[in-house]
Amino acid sequence: MANATFDIEKVRKDFPILQRKVNGKDLVYFDNAATSQTPKQVIDSIVDYYENYNANIHRGVHSLSQEATDAYEQARIKIQKHFNAQKPHEIIFTSGTTHAINLVANSYGSFLKPGDEVLVSALEHHSNIVPWQMMCEKTGAQMKVIPMLNNGQLDMNFFHKEVSSKTKMVFVNHVSNALGTINPIEEIIATAHAHGAKVLVDGAQSAPHIQADVQELDVDFYTVSAHKICGPTGVGILYGKEELLEQMPPYQGGGEMIAEVSFEKTTYAGLPHKFEAGTPNIAGGIAFGVALDYMHSIGFNVINAYENELLTYATERIKEVNGVIIYGPENPKDKTAVLSFNVEGLHAYDIGTILDQMGIALRTGHHCAQPIMDYYQIPGTARASFSFYNTKKEIDSFIEALKKAVSMLS
Amino acid sequence: MSKIEEKQEEIVDEFSMFEDWMQRYEYMIELGKTLPQIDEQHKTDENIIKGCQSRVWLHADLEGDKIKFSADSDAIITKGIIAILIRVFSEQTPKDILEADLKFIDEIGLKDHLSPTRANGLVSMIKQLKNYALAYQAKLN
Ligand SMILES: Cc1ncc(COP(=O)(O)O)c(C=O)c1O
Repeated sequence: MANATFDIEKVRKDFPILQRKVNGKDLVYFDNAATSQTPKQVIDSIVDYYENYNANIHRGVHSLSQEATDAYEQARIKIQKHFNAQKPHEIIFTSGTTHAINLVANSYGSFLKPGDEVLVSALEHHSNIVPWQMMCEKTGAQMKVIPMLNNGQLDMNFFHKEVSSKTKMVFVNHVSNALGTINPIEEIIATAHAHGAKVLVDGAQSAPHIQADVQELDVDFYTVSAHKICGPTGVGILYGKEELLEQMPPYQGGGEMIAEVSFEKTTYAGLPHKFEAGTPNIAGGIAFGVALDYMHSIGFNVINAYENELLTYATERIKEVNGVIIYGPENPKDKTAVLSFNVEGLHAYDIGTILDQMGIALRTGHHCAQPIMDYYQIPGTARASFSFYNTKKEIDSFIEALKKAVSMLS
Repeated sequence: MSKIEEKQEEIVDEFSMFEDWMQRYEYMIELGKTLPQIDEQHKTDENIIKGCQSRVWLHADLEGDKIKFSADSDAIITKGIIAILIRVFSEQTPKDILEADLKFIDEIGLKDHLSPTRANGLVSMIKQLKNYALAYQAKLN
């Protein structure tokens, strides 16, 4: 790595889990697109919270509650700054991307009417398909699918043809989890807006690699899961433009989200609390902020460049294995560090099982994106996804293990 | 000792000869190649076992008072697992199959060693084998 500021050995020491063995072998963790590993700085922040200032937020008069509230709201501000949202209350804490999408589908989606159309990309994770299908069924709106092309990119001609004044919403991921495709969201957002449609971008897969600027993108909604960006599980955010969030009805009722409650009438709290019913994942929210600090201490540009180098190297090396078919964009520059592949005549599941015996963690299956698998007419793929704490040496181990697996299984 | 128990012991013995799971998988892959092949006509959607990540087809014929199983899968390790199960169950009476306690699965540590999805698949396979036994037992009575 040319960048002198990036000391991979030092970075790896921050991740205790990377020291462990699996099936007697050094762990090679290449399932980062499913969940990233957690640096000790983040783990420590969770321990610190529970050891020193665990308390419910926004309600207590006592010191602990105040400290917890401050730390939680500080985290919101860190997240706001990271995504360059205009206001902290445009960041709504959720349990993750799935929750964030369901929030928008149920709340903003309730404005849909029969005759309205929504456009969804064929590259979506099920969590950006099913909530909208449910909402379309309820409201009578019609869902249209932007198809994908053989190279794993969206058919933008179709999109430009189909988007119209009937289109009320477009949902697309910034990056596809199954293939790593980086979608042209700038073009999609600008075109959708020209027709008066709103856009939700699922940022679950982009957040670990690309620092999105929601104002520059002019995106209406953006969703993120902390566990894919070195944070803990069970926490994430919805970014929404203030004016939209203000119009939207609450999604869940309960404590925290109210101004006044009587059996005759309840008035709702302002943003962001209107959408944050119940006691949230306080430690998780705080740790999410610490995870972003950690990522920034390395730098997103450095991370992105290094991961692309890993991807380029892996893409070259995997071609040594007979019968490998790679899915998704051919050029590593068009995707994040995801290598989705099959070996001719073999089932991805078998490959994943044998690699696991050699300590190598991959994901196999449809990756919660069955429409993509249907397109290629395959049951699934094996997916190696890299992070900045991975090394070329690990890729070498992976390639050797893959060769061995292929010879065993053939 | 019943025939089913004998076969289970055989399998436990075989698996204990290997040093590690890599070798056991190698053996399962070999067993997968010996799986009694299901007739193409029986590879229907109805014969697919639900709950497996790979596709598994299972068929059973009654020959005399014994059941003969045949199967296939698109994944070779899955074929190996089902080959083991069929080795235990095939050409046994429905009654023996229904009463069988599959101790060998725990004894060889198979279930613990499988990924959660494959372990679920294993449970579904056993259930389906027993379902066939139940159906044929009803027919025999
Ligand atoms: C593109 C994409 N969207 C949504 C999700 C769902 O995220 P979560 O399970 O954290 O809600 C994932 C995670 O796999 C994903 O990759």
